Amino acid sequence: MRRLRFIAQKEFYHVLRDARSLTIVILMPIMMTFLYGYAINMDIENIVISIVDYDRTLESRELAQRLYNSKYFSRPNETVDYHDPDQILRSGQTQAVLVIKPGFAKALHRGESFALGLVVDGSDNNTSAAVQNYSNQMLQQFLVNRLDPNTRIQGITISPQILYNPDLKSAHFFVPALVAIVLLMISALLTSLTIAREKETGTLEQLLTAPVKPIEILLGKILPYVVIAFLDGILVLIFAKVIFGVPFVGSHLLLLGFGLIYVSTSLSIGILISSLVKTQQVAGMFAVMTTMLPSVMLSGFIFAIKNMPTALQLLSYIVPAKYFVTIIRGIMLKGAGLSLLAGQGLSLLLLMAVMILVASRKFSTRVG
Amino acid sequence: MNQQAVVIENLSRHFGQFKAVDNISLTVNKGETFGFLGANGAGKTTTIRMLCGLLLPTSGTGRVAGFDIYTQPEQIKKHIGYMSQKFSLYPDLTGQENMGFYGAAYGLPKSYVQQRIAALSNRLSLHDFIHRRAGSLPIGWRQRLALGVALLHEPQILFLDEPTAGVDPVFRRRFWEILYELSEEDVTIFVTTHYMDEAEYCGRISIMHQGCIVEVGRPFDLVQKLACDNLEDTFIKLIRSEEKANAQA
Repeated sequence: MRRLRFIAQKEFYHVLRDARSLTIVILMPIMMTFLYGYAINMDIENIVISIVDYDRTLESRELAQRLYNSKYFSRPNETVDYHDPDQILRSGQTQAVLVIKPGFAKALHRGESFALGLVVDGSDNNTSAAVQNYSNQMLQQFLVNRLDPNTRIQGITISPQILYNPDLKSAHFFVPALVAIVLLMISALLTSLTIAREKETGTLEQLLTAPVKPIEILLGKILPYVVIAFLDGILVLIFAKVIFGVPFVGSHLLLLGFGLIYVSTSLSIGILISSLVKTQQVAGMFAVMTTMLPSVMLSGFIFAIKNMPTALQLLSYIVPAKYFVTIIRGIMLKGAGLSLLAGQGLSLLLLMAVMILVASRKFSTRVG
Repeated sequence: MNQQAVVIENLSRHFGQFKAVDNISLTVNKGETFGFLGANGAGKTTTIRMLCGLLLPTSGTGRVAGFDIYTQPEQIKKHIGYMSQKFSLYPDLTGQENMGFYGAAYGLPKSYVQQRIAALSNRLSLHDFIHRRAGSLPIGWRQRLALGVALLHEPQILFLDEPTAGVDPVFRRRFWEILYELSEEDVTIFVTTHYMDEAEYCGRISIMHQGCIVEVGRPFDLVQKLACDNLEDTFIKLIRSEEKANAQA
């Protein structure tokens, strides 16, 4: 126990006295959260739309005005004067063209059916889907507003009610998952360097001439980083809440508890890597490779796992971020309780146990 | 404990095709200062690593402090001190912190560690720099500190791998005076060096060449045996004749 404590204490000194480790500890989570948080913004606004008005009536101008007044659409910078929609799109100045054919106002007054033309640049399919949605919604509103207030509207419509993220803000969806990915990367990177560094400098050889057990070295190296990574987690969470305005519905304490398990699991990845490779450079590369890509792709961060091929779905079970993304979204956005998330927590603990076991088997008290 | 600190028989260590240590046998008595000489790459460090339980031999047997090098490395580690040619304490920790850390690594009680640090500070004159970070110390001071760490748990056997490489003559003299005192206290010293004046301080020396031990004996006896004036000539003569023999074979 005393050995463990001293190894942990020594490791603390290393971090506190090494400028490079301190940079990883403090600056990296802040930078990554900012970068990802702002770069990944799926809320589509200010779509540039050209409106070609052949009708030239009060009504057609009113419709155009309504579109441009909303936050979703904006005018092209230059007036587009050619009337071939295809040409307008090709010029790259606009993302969609709404064509109001002659007879729009007339049809409106007579209550006849009439079709407006919408040409959308499909090369960006997120935007094109948004254009169709938004323009349809606005047209509906336009029509409803024109009706006599006393008219009774026939028919049934769906009125969707979106729970947990009512504004459908992508930040609310992504930032909690981002916390998971940032923590995983930093934790894995931190510990992956520790043993490799001692191998490089030769201090491990000296340490191994003392009667120390592998598990004492491994745990002693994980412990201080649990504290450090945990503080990082709190830092990133504060960011999520204050800067990105992500709501926090559930229990703070519960999330911190799961966070503790999660960082320990992430640190074990680094320890496992560190026990296998010889240099810091290789260790760092492995740490980034094994955490970054799998967690972005296979954690449900951006892509829904249940839509993936079976092989990838199975692979996702060994990605720790997958469990924590579910946990953190559940707690922050839905206020999920322990009973719902216990399974995820147990999976994390299991992953951690397996990694530490393998690491202590692979980490030899002999050199060469 | 028996009178033999180190006993190795037919010990070999191969790295692939390369025979780093090739079938060597050796006995070092308790309290002896044994000089383990040889050219660079002769296999000295590999041998020391095997004796310290850091490296598994390919074949042969060995006992250190009465314990088997294959099966009892943990027991061996409790009884030996090791100092490598490369400074391998933690550079970002102070001398005191390094010693405290190793005290815990050896599982020594805190009060005992404090007492040992005080005693070793006196003996090795560490007072001036024990509170400075090890990485900032000049090499002579580092080696003194490294010796302090190696002696912390009062080992019976001390393995020193070129402990004075790159150190000035005044400090080298002081270092050997300390080794002499330790040997008076019945500590066995197993030391490699390239300095022939240091080798002359040793009770016995062995000379290693390409993984084999070519001569073992008291320094003076070896000089006489090969009809040389001094140990340096003896060493060179031995290595050259080995090289010639190898070339002919």
